[in-house]
Amino acid sequence: MWRRSASFILDQRYQHDAASTSKPETLSLSPPQTESSHMAASVEPFNQNPNPKISAYYQTRAAHTGVVTPDWLAQAQAAVGRQTEDLPLPEPDLKESDSGKSFSVIQEFDNWRKQPDLAEAVAAIRALAAVIRASEATTMMELEIELKKASDSLKSWDTTSISLTAGCDLFMRYVTRTSALEYEDFNSARSRLIERAEKFGEISYKARRIIAMLSQDFIFDGCTILVHGFSRVVLEVLKTAAQNKKLFRVLCTEGRPDRTGLRLSNELAKLDVPVKLLIDSAAAYSMDEVDMVFVGADGVVESGGIINMMGTYQIALVAHSMNKPVYVAAESYKFARLYPLDQKDMAPALRPIDFGVPIPSKVEVETSARDYTPPQYLTLLFTDLGVLTPSVVSDELIQLYL
Amino acid sequence: MEPRRAPRTVIDPKVRQVGFFAPGAPPERAVSGPPAPIASSSSSSPPVSDLSPSLSPVMIPPPRHSSADNALLPSSSSSRPVPASPLRQDSLTPASGRRYSKPSEFFPAMSLTASSSYAGRMVGNAEFSDDLRGNMVTVVPAASSFPSGGFDLTAVKASSVPASGLTTVSVVKMMPPVYDPETIVEKVGGSVEVQNDRPESSKPLKEKTSKAERRALQEAQRAAKAAAKAEGSKVPASSGAVMGANAKPTKATKSHSQKNDSATVAGSEKRGGDRLSEKDRKKDAPHPRMQYDDKIRVEKAKRRAVVKQTEARNRVELFRHLPQYEHGTQLPDLESKFFQLDPVHPAVYKVGLQYLSGSISGGNARCIAMLEAFREAIKDYSTPSEKTLSRDLTAKINSYVSFLIECRPLSISMGNAIRFLKSRIAKVPLTLSESEAKALLQSDIEHFINEKIILADNVIVNHAVTKIKDGDVLLTYGSSSAVEMILLHAHELGKQFRVVVVDSRPKLEGKLLLRRLVGKGLSCTYTNINAISYIMREVTQVFLGASSVLSNGTVYSRVGTACVAMVAHEFRVPVLVCCEAYKFHERVLLDSICSNELGDPDVISEVPGRDDINYLDGLTNSENLQLLNLIYDATPSDYVSMIVTDYGMVPPTSVPVIVREYRREHVWV
Repeated sequence: MWRRSASFILDQRYQHDAASTSKPETLSLSPPQTESSHMAASVEPFNQNPNPKISAYYQTRAAHTGVVTPDWLAQAQAAVGRQTEDLPLPEPDLKESDSGKSFSVIQEFDNWRKQPDLAEAVAAIRALAAVIRASEATTMMELEIELKKASDSLKSWDTTSISLTAGCDLFMRYVTRTSALEYEDFNSARSRLIERAEKFGEISYKARRIIAMLSQDFIFDGCTILVHGFSRVVLEVLKTAAQNKKLFRVLCTEGRPDRTGLRLSNELAKLDVPVKLLIDSAAAYSMDEVDMVFVGADGVVESGGIINMMGTYQIALVAHSMNKPVYVAAESYKFARLYPLDQKDMAPALRPIDFGVPIPSKVEVETSARDYTPPQYLTLLFTDLGVLTPSVVSDELIQLYL
Repeated sequence: MEPRRAPRTVIDPKVRQVGFFAPGAPPERAVSGPPAPIASSSSSSPPVSDLSPSLSPVMIPPPRHSSADNALLPSSSSSRPVPASPLRQDSLTPASGRRYSKPSEFFPAMSLTASSSYAGRMVGNAEFSDDLRGNMVTVVPAASSFPSGGFDLTAVKASSVPASGLTTVSVVKMMPPVYDPETIVEKVGGSVEVQNDRPESSKPLKEKTSKAERRALQEAQRAAKAAAKAEGSKVPASSGAVMGANAKPTKATKSHSQKNDSATVAGSEKRGGDRLSEKDRKKDAPHPRMQYDDKIRVEKAKRRAVVKQTEARNRVELFRHLPQYEHGTQLPDLESKFFQLDPVHPAVYKVGLQYLSGSISGGNARCIAMLEAFREAIKDYSTPSEKTLSRDLTAKINSYVSFLIECRPLSISMGNAIRFLKSRIAKVPLTLSESEAKALLQSDIEHFINEKIILADNVIVNHAVTKIKDGDVLLTYGSSSAVEMILLHAHELGKQFRVVVVDSRPKLEGKLLLRRLVGKGLSCTYTNINAISYIMREVTQVFLGASSVLSNGTVYSRVGTACVAMVAHEFRVPVLVCCEAYKFHERVLLDSICSNELGDPDVISEVPGRDDINYLDGLTNSENLQLLNLIYDATPSDYVSMIVTDYGMVPPTSVPVIVREYRREHVWV
């Protein structure tokens, strides 16, 4: 609530009086409650998110890309290396869950999600594919309904993850458009769907490659690139640039609170790219030596803006005011039919923050994990659909969902 | 746009290879060895292009109907006498309708002997007819494909000289009576261009006929020339300029006699008269908008007008191109004429009167009222003998539309609805019986009202409501039906919010909205637009309605909207425009001057019931005073954060996408 005018002092005070009996801090920005409650209307009771307060998406991210410890790195490396042969691996235990009646999309999704190199959208689609496999439906319609239920429960399990929602929507869209009309035989349609879902993971990797290729023209010798947070796509872009023997320098922000920037700087150092670490608040200070800003995105919304890790907005603002281009690298499955009007107009994604020292209970902590960068501060989006201006995103979304 | 869109229907367009795209992608990302030059790395890696045979999962297969659409295209064009691509045709409908029907309407009315002698003279001049040739050639197929009352042109024209001359006359006749040789030629050229505008599909046919035609024509010319020489006629067959100069007076007298002729016909025979006026109307149909500072056209428009308009005395200089009439005089006049207005259907007449008196206002209400009236009219319609339903009904609808325009200029949404209706009429299969066709059209209209207006509003409401949070302060300007529904629905959902209704003179429509909102128990603040900069501080969102949204994102809406949006933008308050997709238009508007509507100037000069402040009494006739009462203004897209339509919430930059998608659906459904 932004009641800034004098005429509202009265009812504000009234509100205060009413609230002070229960809690002193009613003025905290709390639009979320209503939103999350109406979004979670369809949550199935047994699949409740254990801690709905904290964004599962950002938890996973932190686990995957956050604090870098040597043994964790080794683990992650192993996982990456194994990944390709690994793909069929979860299927056995999937069969198990088949036989046991207690198959749950969410468990399935959770399993997939644990893989550090697997995008969330891909995990969602794999989970939905598992639903198809486990389903006993005999008609396309039944299958569609079942899938719809599964995707709804997935979406409501973690409302904060945009790519989860987008992935579910995308797959559902595919299912509804490919229904039995084209394949008389239900079984062939079904196996077709499964095949598609399987392919998706591979494609998501290819999307990253495409983006990396597309962005090469924009990285010129001797440029300085500011990167915020850790993004697999951005890393891929920089890696490709390094492989192409481009000479460039990277400034990495620290990426508090999960310090994802540290991880990125480590990776870049391994590629022999000159890297400099900045604390997040040094963005404006070092902006004058920066030639371009590269960020990933958790979600690309309909306005063409992006939702990304906290701090992206301020960097984009600073870059915009200094006339530096801001490039976003994002796969097209991150395009979501959302349209935030301002920062508070999103389902909140909260995340615990460790300040290192105890914080008095009276002090409120902003724990939001992400912010929204409006399209006017972005220069271009590199996606697997091509290099897009922000306004094309909505075009693509309309194509996709209408 | 086209090249980009085209791959959509192909199976795998989503992986677009943009620009420099190397044929292959570099190898696995695990490789961190010596960086390889891009060419070599691409050769070693799996080429990205092997994505393309399979459908990328990111890519959604095109909607099922698209293949059917493609199949439909040729068939639809073949079924039409003069093929036209659906897109093109629907944008050209008024013009093309005019084009088709004109020659046929001329022929019966024409006295054959007079025109053929005239034609002979015309044809006598080689150069002039050379200029005409292209036109003649293109017009003839159009005319012949038209069942023109048993007047078989194609047969006649090939056989004899006077007949081919006749076609020439028909061409000349099409020209408006501007008596200047250059303009004649120019006009002809112009019409040639229009004809050539038609898509390629009609080309081969045209080409074929034109060859035969050309030969026939040349022979005709030669014969005519010889005849003229031998005769030593009064028409010197020397040079085009002389001929043109000569053609001027003949043409002038000709058209005058024609006019007188038709006038007497109109006097004696009702039927002929209204046909003429219909044709005239079509000529002046607002294809490019009528410019009211064009004296000649205004004169003509006036002559045929049903509604008697007296021009305002002090017209505002900058807006001379818009109709500026005295208000309040037309209604009694029109009412008294009721029994003389044969061609206008009573339902249409009623709606016209309602527009005129202002009892129906608001984009949706006007559009629905108009469509309902048309539905009634179609119900009572019967095709006259020797006519086809689609042609005659289109003409009828045109005459209704021009009647409505005289009552009040059309809104863009109405224009779109009319365009829709006409395209449906044009597409009525010839095999349908009349009653079936009528039923089909009526249900089409019904569908349009239900889907494009009523359902669209519901969808908009559902979208917009998600943006309203507890504690919001919503500002709205004027009275928009969509916004009202949104507010009421949000209230029903139990959201806690306040509404600020901003209003302005002279219409004070906000009061009506306010009354309804307060009646439903919403907490409201009412203020005039003067206080906008004060009240904007406490507002969290602005909801606006729109009369139309144009393809550069400009919002065309009730005057004052731009001001509200600008202030909101300055205060960084998001501005949401709620507008149904049928109101979108592909036109681009940069200011509020080019296309607008002027209201009654008197209502801004005087305040009813306040005699003490009516300082302008008696000054309204002063030459120094120009009163400007604008109805609409254009809000630049920069001030609009979001447009809520039935396709979801989109940024103003993607209005062209909606227009494109909407049109596609529109044409191919």
